[in-house]
Amino acid sequence: MTLLAVDGIARSFGATVAVDGVSFGVAAGERVAMIGPNGAGKTTCFNLINGQIAPDRGRVAIDGRDTTGRSPRALQRLGVGRTFQISQVFASLTVRENVQAALVAGQGRALSPWPPLRRREAAAADRLLDQVGLAGEAERGAAALAYGDAKRLELAMVLGQGPRLLLMDEPTAGMGIDERHALMELVSGVVRGRGVGLLFTEHDMDVVFGHADRIVVLHRGRVIAAGTPAAVRADPAVREVYLGAEAPPCA
Amino acid sequence: MDSALATLRLMAAEPSFALAQALTGLASASSLFLVAAGLSIVFGVTRVVNFAHGSFFMVGAYLAVTAIGWLGGGAAGFWGGVVVAVLGVGLLGVLVEVAILRRLYAAPELFQLLATFGVVLVIQDGALFLWGPEDLLGPRAPGLRGAVEIFGQRIPTYDLFLIAVGPVVLVLLWLAFRRTRWGVLVRAATADREMTAALGVDERRLFTGVFALGALLAGLGGALQVPRETANLHMDLNVIAEAFVVVVVGGMGSVVGAYLAALVIGVVHAFGILLFPKLTLVLVFLIMAVVLVIRPAGLLGERGAASRQGAPEAPLRPASARLRWTAAALFAALLALPAVAGGYVLVLAVDVAILALFAASLHLLLGPGGMISFGHAAYFGIGAYGAGLAWKWLAAPMVLGLAVAPLAAGIAGAAFGWLCARASGVYLAMLTLAYAQIAWSVAAQWLAVTGGDNGVLGLWPAPWAASPAAYYYLSLVLCGGGILALRLLVHAPFGQFLRAGRDAPRRAEALGVAVGAQQWLAFIVAGAFAGLAGGLFAYAKGSVFPTYLAIPRSVDGLVMVLLGGVQSLSGPVVGALAYVGLADELARGVALWRLVLGAAIIVLAVAFRRGLAGAVGDAAARP
Amino acid sequence: MRLTVDAIDAYYGGARALDGVSLAAGVGEVVALLGRNGAGKSTTLKSVMGLVATRAGTIALDGVAIGGLAANARARMGIGYVPEERRIFAGLTVAENLEVGRQPPRPGAPAWTEARILALFPALAPLRHRPGERLSGGEQQMLAIARTLMGNPGLLLLDEPSEGLAPLLVAAMADAVARLKAEGLTVLLSEQNLRFAARVADRGYVLARGRVVRDGTMAELLADRDAIGRHLSIGG
Ligand SMILES: Nc1ncnc2c1ncn2[C@@H]1O[C@H](COP(=O)(O)OP(=O)(O)OP(=O)(O)O)[C@@H](O)[C@H]1O
Ligand SMILES: Nc1ncnc2c1ncn2[C@@H]1O[C@H](COP(=O)(O)OP(=O)(O)OP(=O)(O)O)[C@@H](O)[C@H]1O
Ligand SMILES: [Mg+2]
Ligand SMILES: [Mg+2]
Repeated sequence: MTLLAVDGIARSFGATVAVDGVSFGVAAGERVAMIGPNGAGKTTCFNLINGQIAPDRGRVAIDGRDTTGRSPRALQRLGVGRTFQISQVFASLTVRENVQAALVAGQGRALSPWPPLRRREAAAADRLLDQVGLAGEAERGAAALAYGDAKRLELAMVLGQGPRLLLMDEPTAGMGIDERHALMELVSGVVRGRGVGLLFTEHDMDVVFGHADRIVVLHRGRVIAAGTPAAVRADPAVREVYLGAEAPPCA
Repeated sequence: MDSALATLRLMAAEPSFALAQALTGLASASSLFLVAAGLSIVFGVTRVVNFAHGSFFMVGAYLAVTAIGWLGGGAAGFWGGVVVAVLGVGLLGVLVEVAILRRLYAAPELFQLLATFGVVLVIQDGALFLWGPEDLLGPRAPGLRGAVEIFGQRIPTYDLFLIAVGPVVLVLLWLAFRRTRWGVLVRAATADREMTAALGVDERRLFTGVFALGALLAGLGGALQVPRETANLHMDLNVIAEAFVVVVVGGMGSVVGAYLAALVIGVVHAFGILLFPKLTLVLVFLIMAVVLVIRPAGLLGERGAASRQGAPEAPLRPASARLRWTAAALFAALLALPAVAGGYVLVLAVDVAILALFAASLHLLLGPGGMISFGHAAYFGIGAYGAGLAWKWLAAPMVLGLAVAPLAAGIAGAAFGWLCARASGVYLAMLTLAYAQIAWSVAAQWLAVTGGDNGVLGLWPAPWAASPAAYYYLSLVLCGGGILALRLLVHAPFGQFLRAGRDAPRRAEALGVAVGAQQWLAFIVAGAFAGLAGGLFAYAKGSVFPTYLAIPRSVDGLVMVLLGGVQSLSGPVVGALAYVGLADELARGVALWRLVLGAAIIVLAVAFRRGLAGAVGDAAARP
Repeated sequence: MRLTVDAIDAYYGGARALDGVSLAAGVGEVVALLGRNGAGKSTTLKSVMGLVATRAGTIALDGVAIGGLAANARARMGIGYVPEERRIFAGLTVAENLEVGRQPPRPGAPAWTEARILALFPALAPLRHRPGERLSGGEQQMLAIARTLMGNPGLLLLDEPSEGLAPLLVAAMADAVARLKAEGLTVLLSEQNLRFAARVADRGYVLARGRVVRDGTMAELLADRDAIGRHLSIGG
């Protein structure tokens, strides 16, 4: 069964139709990239799937269970993890505590009065930080992280919760090229190893074509193409509205 | 109640009487709007909740009386006097901004609050010094002295003039903010000051201008009030409470909203005075509470993006060995105190301990919670009344009383917090203030149960705790234990998630944390500990009065936390010490003690941005 | 030289972020700052803008030392800054955002009007009355640059301008930078997208751990496999 099934979701803001009847699915162990011009409606799609905003119509289902309009919190309990386009970390906690917080929250112990957060799950947190390449930053305040590092921290936090569906909005924005690939390799490993479903957006075509099993192309809130990377790359409509001359040569 | 019914009957028989009353309300609404609009604009741009705004109103009234006196009667004298007063207050605003607030924009919000409260105190004594304690009767406006007959009721012409002033100012302000470059810049600076500066806008001048405009409006409100009421020394705090309500009900930063809210409040007030003279304040605050529960951002306010301000807090660090030893040494010294000190010192020490716990409980909301609670005295007072009433009505022994205190306050925290956790920022501050005011008026007016202003008298500690030394030890253990428990909580997931939810609520929710529930619990915990402090206080003093839950007590708490520093829990403790020393010892003997206290608060706020504890910590950390 | 930065140090609290960074950019030159995450690219730009205090060294614009000036004074002298996070004024419309950036024209720098800027970023034209918070990430990026151009800067600081833009728009952005250069603007930009940097920049400085470790023309830098491999993370 598909892990995530999106069926005809739509959402307008006043006169702007941001998402206009989008349908697609993500299977367990599959990596799906959502691409499209700026303002195509990708982030809005994420917000609809993740419950930040409610759709005007359409249905979102996870494991066949209707989750349309559920809160982000309810979706987290169903195994949905999300990173934001502009990364959101807890600025007044240390980098390690950020991950510890995610782990503790994942166990549903956010209210526990004892012992201190810094003494919980420290080893597991350090492993995750190591995985995303932030081991050296563990003691720093998260507010001090450079832009790209904050994105990695966010990923570590989400991975720590062992999600079944990962939603990542521009996960590698602000990173260097080989770091992008390293990060996507890491995510891909998790996807394959644990059978997680991944939906991500990205404007870096190397990352998209290098790491997606399937691509959904959005334009003006509608899906204009979907399929394997090769098929999408060859699609004239996609070239016309999105790729232009930047399309990398076939690998 | 009987008089209320009689009034209602009168209105039913004579609808024009109700109309006259409504027009009076609308006239007051204009003044209120002028003050509130200034407050709202200043807050919107500088994010400073200016406590001293009411003082500008008061100074406007006094200056107008004086200036009209100088310039002589006649139309020229009167209106000239008003202009002089308005400009004078504008100048005062510039002075306050340049000398004090400008240094505090980067400081935590609460520091600004503290500093402006200092300004309130200074201006109060300044006005007392310059104009004396007597109320000053101002002249009436030439040309507007008469009255107009409407449906058989005589309505003062001046009231009609005031009713017209509101919309005129409203339109002018709206045009200034929406249609001029200055307005666009002001709104930009409101959203992101640093970015505005990076685009070449001199944000310092901009802010000074905005602050002056706000002060000017308050001054205008005060000056125009002169023909209607005497200038007196209570105008400042009276008007500021209502102006807060208006701004919040209308929606922070929305001038149109402020106007609508001023109309509503003005009219409600006018009728409330007739119907429930004692409960007008409660009525006004109830309106606010209802509006905020339905529309958390006020009538026309938008839930804007949080403004970028102040550096994020540093991560919490575990107590260093040095800190542990210092704390242990301090505790040992405190244990030895009764051996070396007399009864008076012990009584003072009990006060310090209780206030420190009170401040520490407030700190949980202010610091980690990021929730400004203006009405924390409510929990302190409810705890005190819990103990006092348990004794008065159930003859409960002290131990039981001290258990009832945190329980009652915790329940109050649950009730208030449930409503409060829906709001945020300044709205939250106003809501908490509203609840505290309601609790206060219940305590003051429910004579049959609470004894009203006479309070609950004759409370006495259990025999084993009756000696000063024994009660001192009891307070030391309970307060010290409470503060320690609060510290542990802050470092535990509970407190860290409070901070996390404050830093990045969307992230926290996406991780499965119920940020609202977390904040609600914080209210309960903070309430319970404040209640414990209140219970101890009740037995220490042997009595409970409504003043325990009045605004000044809440402000005491804020001042203590801010003196000590919001960042660390040691702050409230240091703050309580400093405050008791400052307020009780140093200042009360001096003639103009408010002026001295206010100046001291301002200096402390400006000089020690991170509080005394922060400053001491810095000094210790320096190699 | 339009901009000369000489041996500046910058700190966040006690942590050193820049360690004796020196660089220069001539009139009409496009200079790239390259380096990994946390190398100090953004900090360098912020130091030039006056948003981060420098502790040592000097910064001069057209030969005039500006180290002691506040950010708004530097902006009025002709420095324009586009931050990495864009920082659009959320409640202001696109037109109002542009208005905030407007400054009188300056001799020696191109004079921009709203019409000319919208011609450069046609995607913004239909959005003039939309509040900034309702723009997509990429739209915000364009608005951020457009807003800064309204100040008629002689020196433009762009922090990762191609980030978050669709491929077609990245190409458009490269054209835009080329046109700015043609107008005589000096551009100092930070980039991790080497392809983009190679396309728009004349020279580059490679930063690592807050120091300049290599500089040269873009052609020289690209030819230096070692610098690229070690400091720019272009990988295999
Ligand atoms: N809250 C909102 N109110 C009004 N319009 C909105 C709102 N949020 C998004 N939009 C509009 O909806 C459209 C889609 O926005 P969205 O953020 O989903 O784009 P995106 O595909 O993520 O673009 P990018 O790649 O630039 O991030 C845009 O035109 C945007 O301006
Ligand atoms: N506000 C801050 N407080 C403390 N340290 C900071 C702050 N901002 C940046 N730093 C630190 O300064 C160093 C340089 O950061 P900077 O943002 O300049 O890097 P960058 O090269 O722009 O990286 P990126 O490509 O990720 O944006 C990093 O080590 C970073 O962690
Ligand atoms: Mg997006
Ligand atoms: Mg950067």
